[in-house]
Amino acid sequence: MRHTISVWVDNLPGVLSRVTGLFSGRGFNIESLCVAETMDPEVSRITLVTSGDEQIIEQIIKQLRKLINVIKVVDLTPLEHVEREMALVRVKAEDRSRAEVLRIADIFRCRVVDVSPTSYTLEVTGNHEKIQAVLSLLKTHGIQEVVRTGTLAIQRSKKE
Amino acid sequence: MSKQMTGAQIFWTCLEREGVKHVFGLPGGAVIDLYDELTRFPQIKHYLVRHEQAAVHAADGYARASGMPGVVLVTSGPGATNTVSGIASAYMDSIPIVVFTGQVPTALIGNDAFQEVDIVGITRPCTKHNYLVKRVEDLAHTIHEAFYIARSGRPGPVLVDLPKDVINGRCVPKFPETIKIKSYNPTYHANPRQVRRALNLILEAEQPVLYTGGGIILSDASEELIKFAETLQIPVTSTLMGLGGFPGDNPLWLGMLGMHGTYAANMAVANSDVLIAVGARFDDRVTGKVDEFAPRAKIIHIDIDPSSISKNVVVDIPLVGDCRDALMQLNELLAEQEPRDWAKVREAWLETIRNWQRKYPLTYNKSNPDVIKPQFVVEKLYELTNGEAYITTEVGQNQMWAAQFYKFKKPRRLMTSGGLGCMGYGFPAAMGVQVAKPDALVIDIAGDGSIQMNIQELITVVEHNLPVKIAILNNTFLGMVRQWQQLFYGRRYSQTSLAAAPDFVKLAEAYGAVGLRATKPEEVEPVIKEALNTPRPVVMDFRVDPEECVMPMVPGGKAMHEMILPA
Repeated sequence: MRHTISVWVDNLPGVLSRVTGLFSGRGFNIESLCVAETMDPEVSRITLVTSGDEQIIEQIIKQLRKLINVIKVVDLTPLEHVEREMALVRVKAEDRSRAEVLRIADIFRCRVVDVSPTSYTLEVTGNHEKIQAVLSLLKTHGIQEVVRTGTLAIQRSKKE
Repeated sequence: MSKQMTGAQIFWTCLEREGVKHVFGLPGGAVIDLYDELTRFPQIKHYLVRHEQAAVHAADGYARASGMPGVVLVTSGPGATNTVSGIASAYMDSIPIVVFTGQVPTALIGNDAFQEVDIVGITRPCTKHNYLVKRVEDLAHTIHEAFYIARSGRPGPVLVDLPKDVINGRCVPKFPETIKIKSYNPTYHANPRQVRRALNLILEAEQPVLYTGGGIILSDASEELIKFAETLQIPVTSTLMGLGGFPGDNPLWLGMLGMHGTYAANMAVANSDVLIAVGARFDDRVTGKVDEFAPRAKIIHIDIDPSSISKNVVVDIPLVGDCRDALMQLNELLAEQEPRDWAKVREAWLETIRNWQRKYPLTYNKSNPDVIKPQFVVEKLYELTNGEAYITTEVGQNQMWAAQFYKFKKPRRLMTSGGLGCMGYGFPAAMGVQVAKPDALVIDIAGDGSIQMNIQELITVVEHNLPVKIAILNNTFLGMVRQWQQLFYGRRYSQTSLAAAPDFVKLAEAYGAVGLRATKPEEVEPVIKEALNTPRPVVMDFRVDPEECVMPMVPGGKAMHEMILPA
């Protein structure tokens, strides 16, 4: 099963490689990874997506907690949370297809971040499935380049 | 203290503050200033090894025997890479050591400078934690943290990489008195509710077994274990790492379990209804085919490392905490229970076990009076030392025979590379044990293969007159591999013959040690006696049966009850 895990770590050189080394050393795969500083500049937050059965995920979380530079680990999967990814897509847009590409962009609330006579570059945000849907629609028009982030995730606030 | 100090002065002052009295190492360009400063710290004794790997094994043996972290100092590049096997071995066995490596100046890091290597990167997966110190101001608290991390929680090796400009830098150091690492808080106290659940399960058990590991030794839990086992009359087996945690001459002792465990121990585990694992980690050499390990048993697992729990075998009641603490809690709860005649309750189960013990005791073929059996040598060593010696082993058959036939009565008496199985461990480890316990009798039970992996340290023990005894069970083979070739590869002895061998007696003499040899069974006892009466390093070359096998044996991937027994 796919799990989205948040990991708070010391913002120090080498810490990311301790985290990724833990995965590679055990033959676990990281499907996506996002890292950035938190409001506290001494702490970074890693959001990673990985797959495995319950025992593997439990082991991954325990191993992460065992790293000295790991402050906190939360598996967001069973919790109410929001996930987002972003993709920048350069798609071919000539003649008649220019309008169609813009229509797709509009339907999916993409932003046009760059324009050339033969292409548009779109910024898409959304969950994993939405990004996949946009890409599959744009594919028919000819995608020239795609850059994607990993998944970002945040827990929903408690609603009383 | 507001005096400026150099990194080198800070380094040795820190070590002194940590209570370090002995360091194992070998100098080089990157650490020459540390070695220069060492001359002003006569209270710290340095043992100059002849290969850095030996320094780490020595520190490891030192730590196991004394309970204090062992300390290593080596130079950058090859000095650092040579420590890796030793570090990996200490990591697998959770041994607290602190390894200091030199590094090229910070400005040259990443430049492929002479004797530069990314040792922090290399050792990341085989240390508990490691550091590259980039500023002299960080040196004092980093060293303090390193020692703290090495010895706390589940212990392990910590490496600190010291660039030359940090060693030569100057600052007014702040020596930390306390320590707080926000992301590191080992759990020592097991959850009392879980302890109660565990005890209730144990009290209902009909065929319980205690399966103990290195955690018993590391947490000094031996007394609590004995009390618990004896009160409830629960038989005890142990992994290689746990030997000595429960007395080998106690009637409840089953012997070691696993691949070369006793028939009784493996059968007891296979038939147990409650298995109490204490400070053990269900390693593949112990469980055999994991799906068929203790198939009927509810499993209780006490371990300080949460990641050990349910890693290989799913556990019914986990107890995260220090083994000693958990056993103390169990003993306290037990004292509140209404007393029962546990000997009577356990009578049938213990009788079943005794039958297994009688059916297949640990033994070997004694029919040929002209050949020295390796097991006989270990038995004689046990007898003539009253089971009181500090034993280190190399890796392979020698290690298994030592584990089987030397009945360890006390903890911290067996030092062996259990997890990594690192040949060349035993002799330098013995050197470290002798440094920690100068008046003790220290014996390395060795094979003719392993001993050659760190034999250069003979000169170190001679130089410092560390009267370590080496008993080579010389079978002219890489014996354990040969055994597998005999049993599973149609006796094709591919690259396992060590018939081309040095004369170990002459070799010992060349180094200035004493060399002795036994070629017939009747010579074994006199040779051992002479060695024990010689207050110098001694090498004993026992010419043993070349094709003896370690038995019983559970072949790799088989279940514990599918063991091969001696004919």
